[in-house]
Amino acid sequence: MVSTQRKAVALISGGLDSLLAAKAVMEQGVHVEGINFYTGFCVEGHTHAIRKKDKAKPKRNNALWVAEQLGIKLHIVDVIEEYKDIVINPSHGYGAHMNPCLDCKGFMVKKAHQWIDEHGFDFIITGEVIGQRPMSQRKDTMPVIARESGAGDLLVRPLCAQHLPPTLPEQEGWLDREKLFDFSGRTRKPQMALAEKYGFEDYAQPAGGCCFLTDEHYSKKFVDLWDARGERKYELDDIMLLKVGRHIRPRKHFKIIISREEGENNFLSGYRKMFASLKTTSHAGPLALLDGELTDDDIELAARIVARYSQGRSAEKVELEFTGKDGVSRLMEVVPMPPSQVQEDWHI
Amino acid sequence: MSHYTLDAKRMMCPMPVIKTQDRVAELQVDDTLEVICTDPGALNDIPAWCRINGHEVVGSKEENGEVIITVKVGEE
Repeated sequence: MVSTQRKAVALISGGLDSLLAAKAVMEQGVHVEGINFYTGFCVEGHTHAIRKKDKAKPKRNNALWVAEQLGIKLHIVDVIEEYKDIVINPSHGYGAHMNPCLDCKGFMVKKAHQWIDEHGFDFIITGEVIGQRPMSQRKDTMPVIARESGAGDLLVRPLCAQHLPPTLPEQEGWLDREKLFDFSGRTRKPQMALAEKYGFEDYAQPAGGCCFLTDEHYSKKFVDLWDARGERKYELDDIMLLKVGRHIRPRKHFKIIISREEGENNFLSGYRKMFASLKTTSHAGPLALLDGELTDDDIELAARIVARYSQGRSAEKVELEFTGKDGVSRLMEVVPMPPSQVQEDWHI
Repeated sequence: MSHYTLDAKRMMCPMPVIKTQDRVAELQVDDTLEVICTDPGALNDIPAWCRINGHEVVGSKEENGEVIITVKVGEE
């Protein structure tokens, strides 16, 4: 009798749990490939690396790195457009911030389910652990993900499988349930012990998950974006810019994005054709993008604020170059705003 | 075998990897694809993606703020 090697796709975030979950299934002789969904909100080393001070940190994509450690292929899927509906209209609501974790996990498992149908794979693996996350990884919500994604009993959570009803791969004997695990709760000790057993010494342990929407400060800027525009919409450039610079909204109808160092300067300069901008010329200073429709008075106000963050903050006058969205530039001279006049509630 | 170019400028990783992945899927074995990026992270990620998916990086350079990586398509 010829036995067919079963094939599974593992959702790979780049963290430890998905690494271990995939490995546990590979250990049972299953062919595993990885899948990673790029939503635009993913926390990547590169985003942090925009800032020069972080340049010593390795610029690696953890999902790719995990796949390489496992020796498996990784399929990275751009879901930016489809994901908007999850962020804008989450049927299960948001978590502590703007994170729609339950809808997000359901969406990703649904996409993986479509993928296995299209590619002739047998089942799906995730690194979920009961009780680890307050929204998506609870005993009562894990069946919701399996049901709403359509994956049903093709969804295997190897790290906590023994706490859950047997899935089809377990019932069919493709996986030995006894060799899967019974992890639960927020403790990381069982995962660390398993990592050691498998010989993984270096792995990513993101403190706040792998998504910017779980971050309080990022979420605040995201909500501000919607409030200012009067509609719940976004484009990729919008959400990328929320990751960079100092965001100051001195008036409801415009905000200033001020770079904090050279790396952010370089990044923001790529947007100078999309936004009006200010750059100090008499003193070293930041590049600032102006988001909104600005009057001459607004530009003057913005220039005074930008000058405050330049080397000329104590000078009587600072010269800046203002460039409109039309690409036309002009020089202007302003008195830097004293720090005490940059109101606390302007900072987003 | 043919040579192609891919403009991935101003994209932050992993977008240059995704664009490379999708373009390579359309090419033939031994074709080469020159990917032009501005995110220096691509210097790590595109080679990593090539290693795990059976392709080869045959050239890599940085000039004028751009990172240019040439990928030779392998047998997947």
